Amino acid sequence: MTWGDALFLLPELVLALGASLLLIAPVSGRGGARVSESSAKWAMLVLLAVTAVSVFLTSWGVQNITPTRGFRAMFAFDGFSIFFKLLFLVVMALVTLLSDGYLRGTRYSGWEYYSLLAFALCGMFFMVSGIHLATIYIGLELMSLSSYILAGYFKNEQKSTEAAMKYFVLGAVSSAILLYGISLIYGVTGTLNLLGIANAMSTLVTNDALMFGIMMLGAGLCFKIAAAPFHVWTPDVYEGAPTPVTAFLSTASKTAAFAIFARIFYVGVHHFRLDWQYVLAIVAALSMILGNFAAITQDNVKRMLAYSSIGHAGYVLLGIIAVSEMGLRGILVYSVVYVFATLGIWATVLMLQQQEYAGERVDDFEGLHRRAPFWAFAMVVFLLSLGGIPPTAGFIGKYFLFYAAVGAGFGWLAVIAVLMSAVSMFFYFRLVMAMYLREGREDPIPAQGSLRLVAAVCLLVTLLFGVLPSPLIDQARISGRWVASRAAMLTPNGR
Amino acid sequence: MGILNVITYIPLIGALVILFFVNRNNARAIRVVATATAVIDFLVSLWLWPNFDRAATGVKMWQFRETYNWIPSLGVKYDFGIDGISLLLVLLTTFMGIIAVVSSYTAIHHREKEYYTLLLMLQTGMIGTFCALDFFLFYVFWEIMLVPMYFIIGIWGGARKLYAAIKFFLYTLAGSVLMLLSILALYFFNDGGISFLNIKGLGNPGTFSVLQFHEIGHLIPPSLQFWIFLGFFFGFAIKVPMFPFHTWLPDAHVEAPTAGSIILAAVLLKMGTYGFVRFALPILPDATKQLLVPIVVLSLIGIVYGALVSLVQKDMKKLVAYSSVSHLGFVMLGMFALNPMGLRGSVLQMINHGISTGALFLLVGFIYERRHTRLIADYGGLAKQMPVFAALFLVAALSSMGLPALNGFIGEFTILLGAANSTAFGTMSYAVIAAIGIVLGAAYLLWLYQRVFWGPLDNPENAKVSDVNRRELGLMLALIALMIWIGVYPKPLFDVLEKPVDYIVQKVEPTYFDKQPLTYPAAAEHREVAAK
Repeated sequence: MTWGDALFLLPELVLALGASLLLIAPVSGRGGARVSESSAKWAMLVLLAVTAVSVFLTSWGVQNITPTRGFRAMFAFDGFSIFFKLLFLVVMALVTLLSDGYLRGTRYSGWEYYSLLAFALCGMFFMVSGIHLATIYIGLELMSLSSYILAGYFKNEQKSTEAAMKYFVLGAVSSAILLYGISLIYGVTGTLNLLGIANAMSTLVTNDALMFGIMMLGAGLCFKIAAAPFHVWTPDVYEGAPTPVTAFLSTASKTAAFAIFARIFYVGVHHFRLDWQYVLAIVAALSMILGNFAAITQDNVKRMLAYSSIGHAGYVLLGIIAVSEMGLRGILVYSVVYVFATLGIWATVLMLQQQEYAGERVDDFEGLHRRAPFWAFAMVVFLLSLGGIPPTAGFIGKYFLFYAAVGAGFGWLAVIAVLMSAVSMFFYFRLVMAMYLREGREDPIPAQGSLRLVAAVCLLVTLLFGVLPSPLIDQARISGRWVASRAAMLTPNGR
Repeated sequence: MGILNVITYIPLIGALVILFFVNRNNARAIRVVATATAVIDFLVSLWLWPNFDRAATGVKMWQFRETYNWIPSLGVKYDFGIDGISLLLVLLTTFMGIIAVVSSYTAIHHREKEYYTLLLMLQTGMIGTFCALDFFLFYVFWEIMLVPMYFIIGIWGGARKLYAAIKFFLYTLAGSVLMLLSILALYFFNDGGISFLNIKGLGNPGTFSVLQFHEIGHLIPPSLQFWIFLGFFFGFAIKVPMFPFHTWLPDAHVEAPTAGSIILAAVLLKMGTYGFVRFALPILPDATKQLLVPIVVLSLIGIVYGALVSLVQKDMKKLVAYSSVSHLGFVMLGMFALNPMGLRGSVLQMINHGISTGALFLLVGFIYERRHTRLIADYGGLAKQMPVFAALFLVAALSSMGLPALNGFIGEFTILLGAANSTAFGTMSYAVIAAIGIVLGAAYLLWLYQRVFWGPLDNPENAKVSDVNRRELGLMLALIALMIWIGVYPKPLFDVLEKPVDYIVQKVEPTYFDKQPLTYPAAAEHREVAAK
């Protein structure tokens, strides 16, 4: 690595430095006085803005991605990573806005919280830029460790600590499995660079150690994206964690896992796709069926969304199974539409939680159309988007994934996927039913600045990309070009 | 902006005006805006009637075309255009829109603002569906219709509205997502094929153009056609609804408010039959013939079963709802006769069913507003108390059961003629079984009439009700005028339908016009065209 290479690490360096500063900021006041809590949010937003600028600055540099040793074999600054980095920055800004009011209603400090978020973000940046299994793994661990602490951030609340404990234990096991898979692949191919692995694999025939390694890798990643049967932690963690943290886990953290899943399987092990496609297809089918059916019976909104997010992991797997340009585009597009619709829903839940310490039960939404018409309408749009009903962006996202599945010859999987998206409307519409069809309390809910802003942004994105999806689709095509081209080069074995 | 876009988006603009500029407590202003929107939309759509070229064939048959790029990277175009079939359905939609809005004045008492907003949005979705010539666009409009209808049933419906609303929504959605997969399969076949399944594509640029699919449909191997047809079948048959998929319909109809029922019966059910006519038949000729017998058998079951179930209903609205199952069975039967006669009757019967059943739901709505019951047993001898209402009901019932000189007769008769002559069926027996349905139709409607309007006026509650008012009379007279017009002089409608129907027959049975030179004069023209 040279000083010139460090330029490409600028966003990560800014984030790591900023996260550390956030940690010591509260005690940096004159005479040891704590800096006020209200400035924590602004500090975080400034950090995100600076990071965004640095991402743009570095994106001017052109970098070759090589399988040889050195920095360039570990870290890519390609369209794929920039796409996700910018998405993460926007999501983090929205999560910050969501967290602010919530944290101030509690006795927990905002500074450490934002610091942990920034560290997690730094880890996510390394994940999406990594083209070396070690880089990806370290990024993943940085994100995961920060997430464990965030899940238990309300340390005096039993549910929160319980969630953190479960998340940590299961997360650690899954990391171990992932690491075991990585080591097996290293043992067979002799390299950790994804291009090197792909090159080595193209000369190999199927062998047990390799298959075992790929399966371990897949299992570890499936845990991170919460796909069945590695999903059991999800409902408990989503329910127990503080709601803004749940918002972070279900959007940014999950999307980062999607990104590395796609990167590893498209660039690294695509050569043996005929062997792993069917395994992942079963995982995807299970996730969609189990996630959507289990969500039907939930009365707690956080648990319902947790199960629905298991279903969504299944949909995204369709894009990975397809191993095609359209599949990758689907993953990118779906990540965007899923993230904004989900954040919008969390904003609504938080709005109710802050107003009346409710919002976790479906019944809490009763009569919302009268009490807060804007929120109720926005919520309908978000739910329609998650269900994939046009003219919302969710339809475009799902369309690509179904397209990819049919195009890859997985018609049966596409049939399951579309039927499950019909099933999902059943529980999404339980909320709609509560909001519009049942009469509840009538007292209006006062407007709330930053939450309203988050909902408005999410609403705008969801509707805009639903009606005019071309910019997003084209951007996804350009951003995914390199990764997709690697998968297209494959020479499938046994055919 | 061409005329079709104007017609499609006028209701949406009206909905937005109500949403943003009218106070929620000012019910009167909301009604005025909604009515004005519906009337203007209908008047604008009337402009299509004289300006429609009935003689156009080939690609010119699709008129008032407007094409814009929408999502270029997917080959999705914003493509609008109508042929004779769409023309009639668009006019039916804008006309029934007025009926639906005006009939809601007294029926809807709360949350008027949302109600009229949703009703007008629904209108936009329905018109767009009939105009779309791009499959992607069609699907978008098709799904957009679902949400307003869900709310209309769910908020303003009857006692079991929540159940009925979600049932309607999920049934239709389940069908339509399967249709989406079929659309994708068509796209792939036109484009690069599906190498995984060893299906070779045609290598054309990726497109969702319905007209392009019409051109390449017959090239699709029959085995693939079968699966694509199955996807379409679920999407459309649930909407029609055909026999085993009809269970959502009685619930939705019974629970929906009057205007919801009218729109549901008059237009939404036609989406299914329209889908078959427009997409399934011309694009998938082999699969159509392959699955002909099962579909016709289901239609016949629908005809007889719907009529029998109507006979035993205690609730008037449920009776009319089940009669729809029977009538739509006729539409399907005529369509799958695969000859011009049957298809014309089928399309005409779509319009007729919209008018007649819409009228019946409207009348049931009138009486429900007065008595708040729909049970037949609660009535009797109403003809003495409400003579005008009784007369109107009689005309609507007669039209529905197919009395000559009213619209229902023309449709059913043409369908039976087509079915009896059909070479695709190869047997008269289907027509004979269908004729039983007509007899049963007369039975349940006349028996209903007898129980409600004749006999002694023994329920004291009924002695207090008032006869129809001027608004209600006006609505019904408009519908009855249409019934008589179609019943006495249906030629203008058949003229509009002639070319599109011939086009579809030619797609499904390319040799039809060679084999039967003397069936009717249009065949000669077709041979000339073919010779050129």
